[in-house]
Amino acid sequence: MMRLILAQGMLGLNNGVFYAMLSLGLAVIFGMLNVINFAHGALYMLGAFVALLLYSYLGTWIGIDALHIGFWPALVISPIVVGLLGIVIERTMLRRLYSLDHIYGLLLTFGIALVLQGVFSNYFNISGTPYPAMPAALTGIVNLGFMMFPKYRLFVIVFSLIVCFLTWYVIERTRIGAYLRAGTENPELVKAFGINVPLMVTLTFGFGTALAGLAGVLAAPIYSVSPLMGADVIIIVFAVVVIGGMGSIMGAIVTGLALGLIEGITKVFYAPAANTVIFFLMVIVLLVRPAGLFGRQK
Amino acid sequence: MSEGRKEPLAHSNELLKVRDLHAHYGESHILHGIDLDLREGEVATLLGRNGAGRTTTLRALLGLVDRRTGSIRMRGKEIIALPTHRIAHMSLIGYCPEERGIFSTLTVEENLMLPPHLGPGGLELAEIYEMFPNLKEVRRRMGTRLSGGEQQMLAIARILRTGARLLLLDEITEGLAPVIVKRLGEIIRRLRERGFTIILVEQNFRFAAPLADRHYVIEHGRVIDQIEAADVPANMDRLNRYLSV
Repeated sequence: MMRLILAQGMLGLNNGVFYAMLSLGLAVIFGMLNVINFAHGALYMLGAFVALLLYSYLGTWIGIDALHIGFWPALVISPIVVGLLGIVIERTMLRRLYSLDHIYGLLLTFGIALVLQGVFSNYFNISGTPYPAMPAALTGIVNLGFMMFPKYRLFVIVFSLIVCFLTWYVIERTRIGAYLRAGTENPELVKAFGINVPLMVTLTFGFGTALAGLAGVLAAPIYSVSPLMGADVIIIVFAVVVIGGMGSIMGAIVTGLALGLIEGITKVFYAPAANTVIFFLMVIVLLVRPAGLFGRQK
Repeated sequence: MSEGRKEPLAHSNELLKVRDLHAHYGESHILHGIDLDLREGEVATLLGRNGAGRTTTLRALLGLVDRRTGSIRMRGKEIIALPTHRIAHMSLIGYCPEERGIFSTLTVEENLMLPPHLGPGGLELAEIYEMFPNLKEVRRRMGTRLSGGEQQMLAIARILRTGARLLLLDEITEGLAPVIVKRLGEIIRRLRERGFTIILVEQNFRFAAPLADRHYVIEHGRVIDQIEAADVPANMDRLNRYLSV
């Protein structure tokens, strides 16, 4: 029994790191821009597709059939591509909406999500394409003592935890992070001190979306690359953000991991409830602490 | 100082020259043509009733209003068209807002170190702690877990480090105990001796009177009177009339 719980816990944790990374990006963006980025799931999907395209399609497109850009380069290139797209979206579209109600930012990003999903659904199989370039060093399984665990998934857990920790550290413990926190609280005054807040906002959005892209690349070898993969996960991630507290960095990370674990362990006891337990928790948290577990009550 | 000596000097070390400054928030037209003149090292106050446009004047200097027209020249350079974050660097302005603007998610020391360097000549951290000994004791605490007086000290202290030469201080004595107000008076006097140019927005005329070289009286978004420090005793009736509610 204990073994089963541990094993499901590990698988849950594997989902949890994706929840954590995605909700972290959402939290960073919401904190600075006050925008609920509905396109986050689509950008995660895009991250996975960029990795797939780099390996399977790019070579054919540019006439070098032998060119297959693998997982490791994709792990760098894909977040950059998605982050740059984020920067373009912020600069050309989102920026115009800051003076309006938040709902417009939500509508715009929702629209962007639909466009991205639509475009990819048009050209790719909705039921998913496997990512064929799992790096050789990460294939196979490791013995964790209580279970045999795929090496790649272990890598994803460790790598994502490091990314989450670094993001938390930069935001909460460094000078750049102090600018971000101050800019979140009182952008006007930070501007008056001589800091280029509009640039900071653009880069924050770029960073948040790059995190989604990174999560997408990491997901590609595990889940199949599909135009709707983002739409599936984003609903859960929004629940994570609500439970953790909008805009709280630590809240996003801890809640993401915890909910992955809870979801996994629920499978041991009552599998049909695994998919709904998160939303059940969300209702309870909203009733007891409307600002979320880590959010500050206003 | 005789008028004859003051005038030519005035030209050479003129710091701020504001002409016909209008400012708008959305549809509301708040400032209707403000004129101000400040020389390097002077202390001026903006007096007037609540809602007269004194805070808006400071905010308009920094570009923190929706729209502004007119002319703001800092050391001869026109800054009215610049975005806010460039104004601080171009004009070496330090701003202490009325609500103090202490960041609750930052520690005292993070608050203190937040504003970036604008130019040379800022106070060293050690000097700041010497001037504000209380802040050193609470430097690890979160910014908003301070008393009102400590928050006010912090809001002033953090703009002294940056090399700002013009300080815009909005209602710094508001709601503070007399002993702290007295301490703030000493601090302003020291800053003045160090050559800082200061604009004080003040309700408390008794606090501001001995500190300032000049008083601007603002009403309905215009400067309606301007009184040099030396002329204050002779014009107390006039001042009382302006400031009475």
